Amino acid sequence: QEDDDAATSDAELETRERLTTRATKPVAMSAETERSSTESSAASGLDFEDTALTLTLRLPGDPDRKRGASSSSSCSLADRSSLLAEAPPAPKARVVGWPPVRSFRKNALENVAAGSTRAACAPAKFVKVAVDGAPYLRKVNLRDYAGYDQLLRALQGKFCSHFTIRKFANDEMKLVDAVNGTEYVPTYEDKDGDWMLVGDVPWKMFEEACQRVRLMKNSEAVNIAPRSAR
Amino acid sequence: MPYFPDEVVEHILGFVSSHRDRDAASLVCHVWYRIEGLTRRSVFISNCYAVRPERVHARFPCLRSLTVKGKPRFADFNLVPAGWGASAEPWVDACARACPGLEELRLKRMVVTDGCLNHLAHSFPNLRSLVLVSCEGFSTDGLATIATNCRFLKELDLQGSQVEFRGRHWLSCFPKPSTSLESLNFACLDGAVSANALESLVARSPNLKSLRLNRAVPTAVLAKILTSAPKLVDLGTGLVAQSNNAGALPSLYSAIQQCTSLNSLSGFWDSPRWITPIIHYICKNLTCLNLSYAPMFRTVDLIGTIHQCQNLQHLWVLDHIGDAGLKVVASSCLELQELRIFPANANVLASTGVTEEGLVAVSSGCRKLNSMLYSCSRMTNSALITVAKNCSRITSFRLHICLHGSVDAVTGQPLDEGFGAIVRSCKGLRRLSMSGLLTDSVFLYIGMYAERLETLSVAFAGDSDDGMIYVLNGCKNLRKLEIRNCPFGNTALLAGTHRYEAMRSLWMSSCDITLGGCRSLAAAMPGLNVEVISQADGGANDAKKVEKLYVYRTLAGPRDDAPGFVSAL
Repeated sequence: QEDDDAATSDAELETRERLTTRATKPVAMSAETERSSTESSAASGLDFEDTALTLTLRLPGDPDRKRGASSSSSCSLADRSSLLAEAPPAPKARVVGWPPVRSFRKNALENVAAGSTRAACAPAKFVKVAVDGAPYLRKVNLRDYAGYDQLLRALQGKFCSHFTIRKFANDEMKLVDAVNGTEYVPTYEDKDGDWMLVGDVPWKMFEEACQRVRLMKNSEAVNIAPRSAR
Repeated sequence: MPYFPDEVVEHILGFVSSHRDRDAASLVCHVWYRIEGLTRRSVFISNCYAVRPERVHARFPCLRSLTVKGKPRFADFNLVPAGWGASAEPWVDACARACPGLEELRLKRMVVTDGCLNHLAHSFPNLRSLVLVSCEGFSTDGLATIATNCRFLKELDLQGSQVEFRGRHWLSCFPKPSTSLESLNFACLDGAVSANALESLVARSPNLKSLRLNRAVPTAVLAKILTSAPKLVDLGTGLVAQSNNAGALPSLYSAIQQCTSLNSLSGFWDSPRWITPIIHYICKNLTCLNLSYAPMFRTVDLIGTIHQCQNLQHLWVLDHIGDAGLKVVASSCLELQELRIFPANANVLASTGVTEEGLVAVSSGCRKLNSMLYSCSRMTNSALITVAKNCSRITSFRLHICLHGSVDAVTGQPLDEGFGAIVRSCKGLRRLSMSGLLTDSVFLYIGMYAERLETLSVAFAGDSDDGMIYVLNGCKNLRKLEIRNCPFGNTALLAGTHRYEAMRSLWMSSCDITLGGCRSLAAAMPGLNVEVISQADGGANDAKKVEKLYVYRTLAGPRDDAPGFVSAL
């Protein structure tokens, strides 16, 4: 059996060399150098908590991770996995499109949830919706929707079939008129009479607080307080 | 070489139906190329921008069935901005001019407007089959034109498409006194449906075998439909939750018992658990069961139902079935070939769905499994190694761990060894989608062992350019490579310069490639379209990071309908 292992590992090493066109060092050796860096970082007296926190910034999905992994060897494989096994799970940022669930499926399941929660006796909450430049307002029942996605799609349907919804990486949402490119920012008036940007608070909170909705032209929306102030 | 008259070659090629075999036959010699081109009835275009429609019709003048795919697959996950393209209009235009005898049109991930549907309806009187998978841009008005004008329509399937609701009248537009309909799927339609129109349609469609309703169809209507269509083979139920329809239940139960040919069931939506008896009546015959849109079913009901479906071959279900439920599947559904587990709540990062235990159980019990999509909260290498041993016949394996970058839940290691075992053991693996913490090692395994691999989807994996290089050098049959959020840079991209023409497409988003690297690729390979999608403004210098890159081989040159945010290099 040992002979078989030796034979396969020879074959594997050959294939490995064939597959690496620009190998600067074989995979096995890089593990050695990285292991020694583990010892040095431990010796340097880095606080365990600090290391864990530093590593969470470098976890996959973070913008910093890409540069960190390819340019430096400090965040090594051995480090990462052993520390991850022991450190408490860090909260990870939500990313667009992960887990990969088709938007059709997400919407369908949200619709189903909305249908069933509505069946649990919430009374309708109709609010006026105004669009800058449109001659008349509409009303929507906030209870019909289970989330911001559905609300935006409904607004899209009510006002303009050529609105498209553009979402940005930091969860900002805008409606864009595909015909003339005008951007609209969805805003709402809350119970205190303040005009807020749609999308900051959880949906349920929004549903309770919202009194009316206005799709503001992008040029006017600069007067709304920036997110960080909230 | 013996001389074969053209008629003999034509006759022989008539028996060759698969696209790939026909493609191979057309490469034998000029004679075969010509005859094959003249006799091909069914053409499959996997990328609508790879070739101009006119050219397709020039080569295959006698085609009767056309399938065209549009947007890259990651458009399903909101990674492709709206307005990207893939309009069906040029294809319908060209086909209307060259081939008015068209019988089947299948489009996937394309933009189809009402105008386009109108054009279709008036250009192809012989249209038998219209299938729009994950398409968008049309409304119920467009459906009405199709129903009115395509008198011989046998199949109308709107699977997963986004349809704007403009009224309920479209269902009444189908031909009278009877239709040729065999298959109708409008499960994705948002909006009300006229019960009378639906009942009348089913009553006058004697050949109806497959019917998938949307959520707006209540129990009482379903019962009537089943009574008038007892020969149904595939049913997608509507909404059976409204309490004022509880009185219709007995008639529903008796109607469904008459459907002795029914072997495929889906739908359910917000159906509560008291609807599960309808499944029990037909469970002996069921081969396909899709409960992935039924989040209201409790785990115990799921288990009780599936336990009785001993002949299931295809099962799609939500992850709240749990490991216990999967163990029941493993012991009851021994004929299972395809299993898909979807997250019940895609927005919850740490869901309590299924784990590696369920996967191992299913792999041990269901030895005929060849296709898996598994969405779970955690995974281990040893589980994957066991699956690899048990199910070496797998051709499609997709594992989605909901927290990206998850390690082995027991050892804390990356999941390289697990996936390595899969590619090593499953010699016929054609499609692989991975998740979890993965280093360059897994790519080495893939390059070394995954000889038959055609589609690879990678996210948040790898350490360096080596990973992508291993795959590009190793997987000779690779057709589609989709990469997101991996640390692959220009070196990796350019390592595949001479591979991309043998592939259908490459997608890279949120990686380390720059505009300079993409420009080098574009300059080296004029037969490729190298398209950068970027919505941020900024300089166009070579050092700029490219957010999204889509590379595909093409005979049509750069797109002429590219929107502002798509730059062809």
